[in-house]
Order: sequence, then C-alpha cells, then structure tokens
Amino acid sequence: MTPALVEVEGLVKHYPGERLWWGLGPPRHLIRAVEGVSFRIGAGRTLGLVGESGSGKSTVARTLLRLTEPTAGRFLLEREDVFRLAPEPLRRLRRRMQIVFQDPYSSLNPRMTVRDTLREPLEIHRLAAGAERDARVAALLQEVGLDPALAAAYPHELSGGQRQRVGIARALSVQPAFLVCDEPVSALDVSVQAQVLNLLADLQQRRGLTYLFIAHDLAVVRHIADDVAVMYLGRIVEQASAAATYERPRHPYTRALLSAAPVPDPAAQRQRQVLTGDVPSPANPPPGCPFHPRCPHPMKNDRCRTDRPALREVEPGHAAACHFAEHA
Amino acid sequence: MTEPVLRVRDLKTYFVSEGGGTARAVDGVSFDLYPGETLGLVGESGCGKTVTSLSLLRLVPEPPGHIRPGSLIELEGRNLLTLSPRDLRAVRGNRLAMIFQEPMSALNPVLTVGDQIGEGAIVHQGLSRRAARARAMEMLQLVGIPDPELRIDDYPHQLSGGMRQRVMIAMALVCHPQVLIADEPTTALDVTIQAQILELLDRLQRELGMAIMLITHDLGVVAGTADRVLVMYAGQVVEGGSTPDLFHRPVHPYTEGLLASVPRLDQPRERLTGIPGTVPAASAWPTGCRFHPRCPHAWERCRTDEPPLVEIAPGHSARCWLVEEPGRRRPGASGVTR
Repeated sequence: MTPALVEVEGLVKHYPGERLWWGLGPPRHLIRAVEGVSFRIGAGRTLGLVGESGSGKSTVARTLLRLTEPTAGRFLLEREDVFRLAPEPLRRLRRRMQIVFQDPYSSLNPRMTVRDTLREPLEIHRLAAGAERDARVAALLQEVGLDPALAAAYPHELSGGQRQRVGIARALSVQPAFLVCDEPVSALDVSVQAQVLNLLADLQQRRGLTYLFIAHDLAVVRHIADDVAVMYLGRIVEQASAAATYERPRHPYTRALLSAAPVPDPAAQRQRQVLTGDVPSPANPPPGCPFHPRCPHPMKNDRCRTDRPALREVEPGHAAACHFAEHA
Repeated sequence: MTEPVLRVRDLKTYFVSEGGGTARAVDGVSFDLYPGETLGLVGESGCGKTVTSLSLLRLVPEPPGHIRPGSLIELEGRNLLTLSPRDLRAVRGNRLAMIFQEPMSALNPVLTVGDQIGEGAIVHQGLSRRAARARAMEMLQLVGIPDPELRIDDYPHQLSGGMRQRVMIAMALVCHPQVLIADEPTTALDVTIQAQILELLDRLQRELGMAIMLITHDLGVVAGTADRVLVMYAGQVVEGGSTPDLFHRPVHPYTEGLLASVPRLDQPRERLTGIPGTVPAASAWPTGCRFHPRCPHAWERCRTDEPPLVEIAPGHSARCWLVEEPGRRRPGASGVTR
C-alpha cells in the first residue's frame, strides 16, 4: 500500500463530563467524543467527514491539529508522528497543516486588518519579511479572489464570504500540504457557498492540497469529496468512495441521512424515511450498536442491542459498521 | 375563489440609522396567503425576509424601524397596521402565531415548557391554570413529544434542540391560529431532526387547516413543503409562482442563480455556477434593477430603470426586463442547463 499523506489510526478523545461535588470532585462520566477513528487520505485527495452535531467530527479536526490533545491514537502527516512531537517541532509542522473554521465572524481577530491577519503567520514561521511579505499578502488575496485593496480592511467591513476567503488565505499563507476545513461553507449564503466551494476546488487543483472536509451537509460533501466517512456518536459507521457512499449506502444511518436531505426539486417526491428520536448523548451512548435505538433496518434484532458491530469491509474499499450491511 | 386569510400590499419597512441614512429593508412587498396553503418565502441573508415576517406581527422595533404609511397587512379582513395595541395583542399568538429559528433564545429559560405553552390559552381563551395545563399536555402529545407527563415540567435547557422546536410549535399552535409564520424553523437543526419537524408541520397543517408562511434560505426545504414560493432580493419580491413553476421554469436570473448554486444529491456532480458578488446593503440598493450588478444578462436599461413585478403566466410573476425583451437573454449565462 502506498503511504498516504494523512494516516490516522485509533483516534480517541474523551472529555471529562460533569463533575461531582459542585464541580470539585471527579467527573461523573466521560464524554466519549471520538471513539477510535481511523482513516487515510492520499496526497491531493479529499476525505469528506460527515455527521450530525455531537457526532465528533469537529473534535477529530481539533485533535488532529492538536488544538486539543488527543486521548489516544496516532496521526502520521507525511510520515511524521504528530501526536508525539514536542512543542517546537510541532510548531514547525503546523506549517504543513492548517485549518479553516466554520464561522468567519469569530475566527478572525476583529482588531486586526486583513493585512495583519495574513502577515502574522508569515512572521511566526519567518517565511517572508519587508516588501516580499507585502507582496505575498497581495498575492494571497488575489489567489482567493479578493481585491488586494481589501488588505487595509477590518473584518467587520467584510461580508461573510469575503471573511471566509480571508480565513482560507490565512491558512494557505504558510503553504500547507494538508488543510482541514471544518464546516467552511455552512455559515454562508447559498450563492456565496457555491463561490467558496469552487475556490476550494481550484486551490486544491492548483496547489495539490489534501483536504479533510468536515460538513453536515451531504450534498456539499458529495460535491467536493473523493472519499466519504460518516460518523455517528464518535465512530465512523461507513467509509467508502464518494460514488459508492451516495449510490450504494450500506449503513442504515447513511441511508437515513440521504433520505432526509432536502432536494430542491418539487418533483422529487421521494419516500422520505424519517428517523425517530434524537441523537443520544456521547456521555451515555446506548449499548450494542450505537444507532440501534433509531435504526429502521427491518432485520434489527437482539444482537444489535448487545453487540457493537465493527467497521468491516463489505465490498472492496467499502466499509460499514452494521451487522446487516449486506442486506441494504 | 376563496378569500385570502392574509393580504399584504405594498409593505415597506424602513430603518433609520443613527447617521441619518435609511435602510429600506422591505420595500414594497405584496402577496396573498390562502387558507390551508404553505407559502414559501426564500432569499439570502439581508434580502428582507425576516423583516417581512416580523412586520406581519408588528414585531419590528420602533424606533429605529417603522412601517411606512400606505402599507397594508390585512388578516381576516382587519388591517393590523391600524389596530390598537390591545386589539393587536388579541390577534398575536391567537389568530396569527410565529415560530422562530433559534428555539433556545425564543423560549423563556426560567419557565417550564408546560407554563409557556399554556400561557397563550390563559391569555387568549381565559382558561384556568388547571385547564391550561391539560391543554399544554394535549399540545405536547400533538407535537410528538414522548412522555409528555414528564416533559411538561421540564425547563427548555433540559430538552434537545429538536424537542425545543416542538415545544415552540406547541406554543404557537395552542390557540389554533389561522396563520403560522415559520421563520427558518429547521435551520438550527440536524438534517434527521429537520425532517421530523417538517413532517410534523405538514401533519399539523392537515389536521388544523392553518396557512403557513415558511421563511427559509433552503431551496430544498421549500421544494418539499411549499405550494407557492416568493423569491426575495434586496427588499423586493423578484419572482413568485407555484412551486413547480419556480423550480422548473424560473424566469428571474436571481432565481436561476440560486438554483444553480445549490449542490445537489439528485444530479451529477458538476461545477456550481453560483452568483458573483454579494448582496448589497439595504441602505444603498443599486439603481435600476437591484440585481443588475450581479446579473449576467444586464444591459443599459437594467442599470437605470427599475423593472415592475409583472405576471408572465397565470400565478407566475417576475421582476425583470427580460420579460419584455427576452432576446437580451445570454444563453447559458445563468448556469441553467434546463
């Protein structure tokens, strides 16, 4: 197997839950935000990580960048073991991996101009100084489709789409190989969302970037991802190429997600399959298959309530965590 | 022909800023809402759809906002804009109710859900506290909350987002309103929960016979639920028609651009067209057609003359000079391959 640019194995992140004794005692239980997630992303490819709120997808993003420390697991980026790096080498490696956040309103410093925001990473990593630095800032703005005159603007003077372009430019300023996009378009209007998705696709092509693209919107992910992993309660429940995921979903949760996604066509009178119930709390996941309380699979039985199905290959390159994945 | 339950004519809601500028957030919106139908109001942020909905309930903060003289909002034959505050209170939450996008901030955090749902019945129908509690229990059952006898004494923070939205729907419907304004009712929810809430609204509409005005930015939600759709841009309705007309035979380049911007599960993956530029500010709408700076077909006339909203087919209208001069259309420019 060729080494992938990104290899994640057995990623676990537990947070301490509510504490006993007025917040001073031991935690009552653990929040199992991520429970053993593994994936590989080849250079220049995009993995779409899909899930609803509470599925752990954003925690995956934050632990990979060590914005929060993982509980267990291994992450190789260009064969470097990111989780074992000391602070100084980690800082250096941060040049190779960057993140674009969901909310372009809160992820830019309101008191820094666009120019300052884009200069900062260049200074920290000592990539450019003086006139060259300003030329880089201008080139970055142009590359993300912004007028270089906007360098003097503050975030509040920009629209949501412009801010998100600044966030992308900031991430690109240090010339990363791996870009984590955490819901990068979900706060944007649909016409602007299309512009930013196109921009991300162009940048990937031009710079050979590798993306982990996190989103709750299946249609958005389908648009940009080569491969897809679907998360539910901290675990990947289905993993396959984008084509296989959307055309032959094997896990009943993936099928329910696809069926629930609204399609802008009034003629598409689909037999909508509406899941009952809410996503359970990751502090108290159900025993057995974590999806069994909401699962509409006709073959669901006692085994689902007691044995947690492993993520297993159902056909080459297509894995699902369901006892009845063959009977889709 | 049945009478509309809600008639809106030339609604103008302006905001005066401290600097003296005027933002024409809603600028001449007219529509009818018929009993039992769902009317979708679609647009992007800043187009005026939320100010429209707040105006219908007279919830626009005054100042800085005001509804201009000459506007008409008529509910069951009564002009809401001339009602006394007392008469208006008797209408709000009773004949005309609203649900909001963010259930957590729209619910009172220090009252139990039972008290909040029952309040409308006490105020508008004079129910006793005991009767209101029984009504709240019925409503919780109606909106599909499991174990209503336990949940009725919960506070909003004890419920999930989907359950909170059900509570808000129960609150809005407790007096069986004729008109329900739903402003982005599912935007804050996960897709599986969104499907539950949309199905719930659909069922309640069939059971209670109310008209729904569904305000959303999500074309998929509108396609699946609305009978008719209005598309708003820059404070005006730019296209209106039956849902099939609007999605299959859009006329306005903005509607076309919106449809071409949505990544779709039901079509082959291809590059999105999007719409260049951004929505202008309400204090500085462009001259002429307000969409002209972003329109791929625009010519001289669009820059100087404002097009009227004209009917192009029965029940289908658009605000675009292409209606008069279809030869000006540049094929393929709106990214629509239909």
